[in-house]
Amino acid sequence: MSPLLDSIFSSDFGFAVLRVMTPLIFPALGFAITDLAGVVNISLEGMMLMSAFFGVIVGAFTGSLLLALLAGILIGIAMGAALGYFHLKLKTDIILGAIAMNMFASGFTIFLLYVLTGDKGSTSSLKSLVFPEVHIPLLRSIPVLGDILSGHNVLTYAALLSAIVFFFLIFKTPLGLRIRAVGQNPDAARSVGINVDRVQLYALMLSGLFGALGGLYLSMGYVSWFARDMTAGRGWIAIAAATLGGNMPLGTFLAALLFGSVNALAIYIASVNIPSELIQMIPYVATVLALALYAIRVQKRRQKIKEEALEEEYDSGPPDNPPPAAAKQRGGSS
Amino acid sequence: MAAILEVKNIEKIYPDGVIANKDVSVSVEEGTIHAIVGENGAGKSTLMKVIFGITRPQNGTISFQGQEVNFKSPDDAIQQGIGMVHQHLMLASDLTVAENLVLGIEPKRRGIFLDDHEMIRLTREVAQRFSLEVPPDKKIKDLPIGIRQRVEILKALYRKAELLILDEPTAVLTPQETEVLFRTLKQLKANGKTILFISHKLREVKEIADRVTVMRDSQVITTEDAAKLSEEDISHLMVGRDIRTERIPQSETTGEVVLETKGLSFVNEDEIFVLKDVSFSVRAGEILGLAGVEGNGQTELVKLLTGLLQPTDGEIFVRSKAISGLSPRKVREIGLAHIPEDRMENGVADQASVKENLIVDRYYKAPYSRRSRLLWKTITDHTLDLVKRFHILTRNVDTPVNSLSGGNIQKVVVARELSADPDVLIASQPTRGVDVGSEEHIHSLLRQVRDEGKAVFMVSADLDEVLKLSSRILVIYNGEIVAHIPDPSMVSAEDLGPYMLGVKRQEDLGAEIHS
Repeated sequence: MSPLLDSIFSSDFGFAVLRVMTPLIFPALGFAITDLAGVVNISLEGMMLMSAFFGVIVGAFTGSLLLALLAGILIGIAMGAALGYFHLKLKTDIILGAIAMNMFASGFTIFLLYVLTGDKGSTSSLKSLVFPEVHIPLLRSIPVLGDILSGHNVLTYAALLSAIVFFFLIFKTPLGLRIRAVGQNPDAARSVGINVDRVQLYALMLSGLFGALGGLYLSMGYVSWFARDMTAGRGWIAIAAATLGGNMPLGTFLAALLFGSVNALAIYIASVNIPSELIQMIPYVATVLALALYAIRVQKRRQKIKEEALEEEYDSGPPDNPPPAAAKQRGGSS
Repeated sequence: MAAILEVKNIEKIYPDGVIANKDVSVSVEEGTIHAIVGENGAGKSTLMKVIFGITRPQNGTISFQGQEVNFKSPDDAIQQGIGMVHQHLMLASDLTVAENLVLGIEPKRRGIFLDDHEMIRLTREVAQRFSLEVPPDKKIKDLPIGIRQRVEILKALYRKAELLILDEPTAVLTPQETEVLFRTLKQLKANGKTILFISHKLREVKEIADRVTVMRDSQVITTEDAAKLSEEDISHLMVGRDIRTERIPQSETTGEVVLETKGLSFVNEDEIFVLKDVSFSVRAGEILGLAGVEGNGQTELVKLLTGLLQPTDGEIFVRSKAISGLSPRKVREIGLAHIPEDRMENGVADQASVKENLIVDRYYKAPYSRRSRLLWKTITDHTLDLVKRFHILTRNVDTPVNSLSGGNIQKVVVARELSADPDVLIASQPTRGVDVGSEEHIHSLLRQVRDEGKAVFMVSADLDEVLKLSSRILVIYNGEIVAHIPDPSMVSAEDLGPYMLGVKRQEDLGAEIHS
């Protein structure tokens, strides 16, 4: 095990964590913004997949990275707008709409893949473009930290930055205020003349933008090709991350970091003699565990709040109140 | 004085054919407080919706400040200087006072950012101008309901409202908070604002209004100076008959304890300690009334008693049998019935028929079903009988329940719960939003249930109702029982107010509550 431990405590591992968490942060923020606006978008998996595909295809056929980026982003935003159209205009249930989007994305990308390349598996026959890596001049010379933080794909830095952008967007702009208001009490927002549908549409389109960046990174940074269903559940783990992080930028970032670390760990353990299927399970098991632990913690905290309040009452309240010891006993038996 | 608002010959028929306003004309003079009174379903709310641009009338004209207006949405009305304080406050609870105030017309900094400081300054400014103090950076959810309502009023004033519409503003306030609100309204009047205020509490109307418009059956009966009408006059005009206001005599005998709670505590999903060590008992043959401002734990208490929530701590006994952990169906089978506070949410399946709603608690038992098969003949006979006994106005028992009026929907709920022949009846807001006729009917049914020797636990935000029906009264504040009134005939609504607000509390409550 010792070589494994060595590699986990190496700067390579830190580098890998950032690499792996990039395609989680984007969609996690994309989900968070819609959840805050009261239009939960669970189609991030599909949005990522479509952007990943169109980025590679447009890049390969035009040779322009910029056009690839634009195509990916546009398709993501269009997906968000389409979901908004179904839900806000045609009054489809948003969960069903999103499930349809996910299935459409999976089938449609495979279909186009076959039409365009004759291959149903991946775009390995195309010359795919990748986003450049950035070496940060001063940072790279710092030992350990430089190795971890420098030399990443430009989209990895964009991901870190987007958590900050997200914070300003939500808490420091009128649109963010409106998004929060609409999510909490749409009637209140409506009563002051806010167009609730429009705000929710914007949230879905922004979600598409975030999802698109995650997808583009997958096929044009993380690897340099598109493969069928290559998102492999990242759009779903991202939802778990955003929920765990309470849809807040820092929390979401930390949750993505956690899932990223577990993912990276799975990659590193692959060198040990354990069946690879088991190892591939790790990120997903970790997601379930994290959510379970989170739920347990919430329950415990509730119990504690109650006990503290009882104790406080005992300190300040009239003498006929039950002593906290008795209260705890009752709590234990129930 | 000139009329600021002139409503002429308004006619509003809803798509389902219900006539809500028939040739309604009202003139509201500038700088006055104008009350619109009427029973539920008299058309008051519809008229307000028409004035505020929420719905559009088929016929009629509205003039505001001398100009004919045609509002397509509330937004238009706000632009022109009309503000509305809805009964359910239109505030986002996680946002601060200042954020709620500027929502929709936010001050900006450098083009794209919110200007936090300006936001707070604007809040202070408008608050000072009308002497309505509010804490600008507190979140709404941390403020008492009276202050929240004040934020709502400020919201309208910030948008330069000249005419303020208040829809039953006192329904959720304590008597003390109501007084503060009335002072506020008088102050606004002194500032030249006009106030249009909907109510069905005659005492309040007499106290504050300059002019009164009485509506009945979708029509305006009269508009008069408030000074010229007595409370009795108004009630006559509203219902066309007298409303009894005396208290119902109490039954003399009470029996054994049927429902009892011991040390009941509950911490909710948001980790808020909603109920703290609640202990009380209800005897056969009495109505125990629970008074309190809404949102002080009543909803949760009722859900705990009926098995819809499980207590974090403590125990509930029905005839000395512990019921925690039991499903709502088991709790019902033990002999507990429940009239829920929100009939559309928890009382009925709104698209199901009257018949179906009347048997949802017993369909699986004989004689309504046999070997997993529903016996529709029996069910129909049974439900027809209930419809007759409880005076439910419905075309037939197959009518979807949502096409009935509020009062009749409530009667469906009451009929189901009472016909289950319970030992304990939990009645939560039993007459909320029903017309006076149905209210009287439901009250007499509750009294009848009590006289049959059942235990009744009644939760109501309507103090008059609590005082009128209860054998004993408990007051809840912030999740705790803070007062026990063994003899309600000795107290008035004003006496209960300080307990409801948490200003006063009785010491040594422990033993007495179980009297």
